[in-house]
Amino acid sequence: MSQVAAVEQHGHGELSFWRRYIFSVDHKVIGKQYLTLGLLMALVGGASAYVIRWQLAWPETPIPLTSWVPEPSMYEGQLDPNFYNQLVTMHGTIMVFFVAMPILLGGLGNFLLPIMVGADDMAFPRLNMMSFWTICTAAVVLISSFFVPGGAASAGWTGYPPLSDNPTYTGVYWGINLWLIALALEFSSFLMGGVNFLTTAINMRAPGLSFFRLPLMVWMQLTAAVLFMLSVGPLIGGAVMLLLDRTIGTTFFLPGGGGDPLLWQHLFWFFGHPEVYVVLLPGVGAVLEVLPVFARKPIFGYRTIIYSTIISGVLSFVVWAHHMFIAGIDPRLATPFSITTILISVPFAVMVFAMIVTLWGGSLTFPTPMLFALGFLVTFLVGGVTGIFNGSAAVDIYIHGTYFVVAHFHYTLFPTVFFGGFAGIYFWYPKMFGRMMNETLGKVHFWLTAISFNLVFIPMFLLGIGGHMRRIYNPMQYEFLRPLAPVNQFITVAAVILLLSQLPFIVNFFASMWWGKEAAANPWRANTLEWTAPSPPPHGNFETAPTVYRGPYEYSAPGAENDWLPQDRPIPAAAAAVRG
Amino acid sequence: MHGWFPENISTFGADVDGVFYLIYYIVGFWFLLTQAAIFYFVIRFRRRAGQPAAYIRGDTWKQLSWILIPAAIVLVLDLGIDAAGARVWEEIKTRVPAGDVHLEINAKQFEWMITYPGADDQLGTADDFIVNSELHVPVDKDVRITLKSNDVVHSFFLPNVRLKQDVVPGRAIDVWFKVTKPGTYELACSELCGFGHYTMRGTFIVQTPEEYDRWVRAHSANA
Repeated sequence: MSQVAAVEQHGHGELSFWRRYIFSVDHKVIGKQYLTLGLLMALVGGASAYVIRWQLAWPETPIPLTSWVPEPSMYEGQLDPNFYNQLVTMHGTIMVFFVAMPILLGGLGNFLLPIMVGADDMAFPRLNMMSFWTICTAAVVLISSFFVPGGAASAGWTGYPPLSDNPTYTGVYWGINLWLIALALEFSSFLMGGVNFLTTAINMRAPGLSFFRLPLMVWMQLTAAVLFMLSVGPLIGGAVMLLLDRTIGTTFFLPGGGGDPLLWQHLFWFFGHPEVYVVLLPGVGAVLEVLPVFARKPIFGYRTIIYSTIISGVLSFVVWAHHMFIAGIDPRLATPFSITTILISVPFAVMVFAMIVTLWGGSLTFPTPMLFALGFLVTFLVGGVTGIFNGSAAVDIYIHGTYFVVAHFHYTLFPTVFFGGFAGIYFWYPKMFGRMMNETLGKVHFWLTAISFNLVFIPMFLLGIGGHMRRIYNPMQYEFLRPLAPVNQFITVAAVILLLSQLPFIVNFFASMWWGKEAAANPWRANTLEWTAPSPPPHGNFETAPTVYRGPYEYSAPGAENDWLPQDRPIPAAAAAVRG
Repeated sequence: MHGWFPENISTFGADVDGVFYLIYYIVGFWFLLTQAAIFYFVIRFRRRAGQPAAYIRGDTWKQLSWILIPAAIVLVLDLGIDAAGARVWEEIKTRVPAGDVHLEINAKQFEWMITYPGADDQLGTADDFIVNSELHVPVDKDVRITLKSNDVVHSFFLPNVRLKQDVVPGRAIDVWFKVTKPGTYELACSELCGFGHYTMRGTFIVQTPEEYDRWVRAHSANA
């Protein structure tokens, strides 16, 4: 307590190293902590992808750079099938829960939401700190599961019982228990975060900042928080039931004891589909903030985008069974869920069309954030249209569980998390660290990533059409998959290039902190409130609390002095001139 | 695209591929149109000296019609895709015929235990026999298979038939198909079922009715 009192006495800015950088309650530091965690976990997720890809291209040959992995995971550089399943499981779990969510919600959300609404911090700063340290604990638990006897969870990131339920089916005991505990901790972390996001955006908006003057990023974070909080309950219940099955011998999901494996699938996907939008919306939010700034135009259809977001959020609760068309549910359920699923493409079509029309008549420039935002549009469209194939129950009979599905969801999540996320990081980096990132390295990073990403995932659609199943340790077991081996090899080469393409980013991210050009408060000439604070903003954000007079996207407004008009500027220059 | 599908040998496989192509051409057209718009706008509206950006908020119905009319067309096309798919889905999954031949498969880690009815064509009688991971069926007959699992969730996948069905412990799920071309094909497991999942392969042998009968009789005589 004395430490807290001391902090309060000294006011902002004179904190010890520990209070300032580690156990900070400042939403900006916490945002950066989430971002760092997400990027570090992305390295683990990327490394697992590398091993998986190598195995698929050249099955049961020694995998370069893995000689340090001990038995029984690897034998003289060759992958054990069990460890393959563990890597597949951990890749999915890490990328969705420990990369996508920390980067987009924890990182960008924490950093931006309070400052965009003109608040000095989150509503509950200590809860915010607790939510970060909870997910950090979750990450430690998850990674440590690699090192327990039996290894990590190996039942897929969806953890379908009975495979995930009875340890005799996988040979994994503690690994799956720890996986469940890590998920439960992660969920609690984002529940705490969601409470903070909602309270802050509802109660701490600056004077004049009505809901329909909020930047779209705030709307997206808000909707994502609501979707998450409404959908995660059933899965937390499911996770507890599965843990009880595994530890004290209940049989919630075991038919031998009267349970039902499909119950888990319902609980999982009732959460799992809204979760897609929990991740997607903040990524879209970043793109929606970047586009108007570099088109020098208002975002097209601001309110229409908000309504579409809400509609898609509501619809996302009634589409989950499209993951279960062929899971053994009553076949008469397929058509209703097929209809809701394909309908959800309409609000997203509206949003994407609105983003594209925003470009019409603009004065476009293409610094790195804009390149990534446009890259999001181009690639996300592939993910969007291929969802129609999966959403059709008839087509799903064939492509379910194949690489078509893998290619599809990578085309939705990769653009969201990485194109959207990188657009956000390059865009707000000057605000976060007070320095600009290097443009040349940024452009190299963009082009390498954009090209190699497509070279990895376009051929995966062809694998799926060829019938190539997911999560197959050695496709060469099947005669009908042998002719696809060159495609697998091509994908792996491209995947290695995609991974290496992130090096310019890593160098740029760290080097710019020290050697980047110092950033002005508003280097992109943008309107939203975060750009009125110094770069980087001090603890407490604003020198004087801002008042808001208009919406966030008044670019190239007729009669204005400049082609931007910050939200907190009291009287437009033109109006003042008329009055004078 | 055609060259990438495995050969289709079932009566309904062409319908599945047909829905796939219907979607492919519809969304392919829209996809190219949308991408073309993005690339055209990016080039056409790049910054040029003396050409300020237009101030278009998109908050009137007239402006919004630029995006709402395309979205409405998307909606109509979506419903058309749903209608086409629903018919095929019903043919394959909802209406399962009694079948000229009825088999039972018990999936277990990492094998398909296939029960054949024997010479009397009846399951559950003394002349039933079990063959592991070798699925024999006659050509041009309705085949009905009851799928059960002894342990975890598996998925019964015949790529050449365009048929897939999860096999769930505690449930008996019926699937059907009719194949039109004799030959040797493959049966795959397409749901992660443990460390040997990738080895859970079966041979799928389509025979003429005479060959099939001979094979069944030969085995049931042994039983």
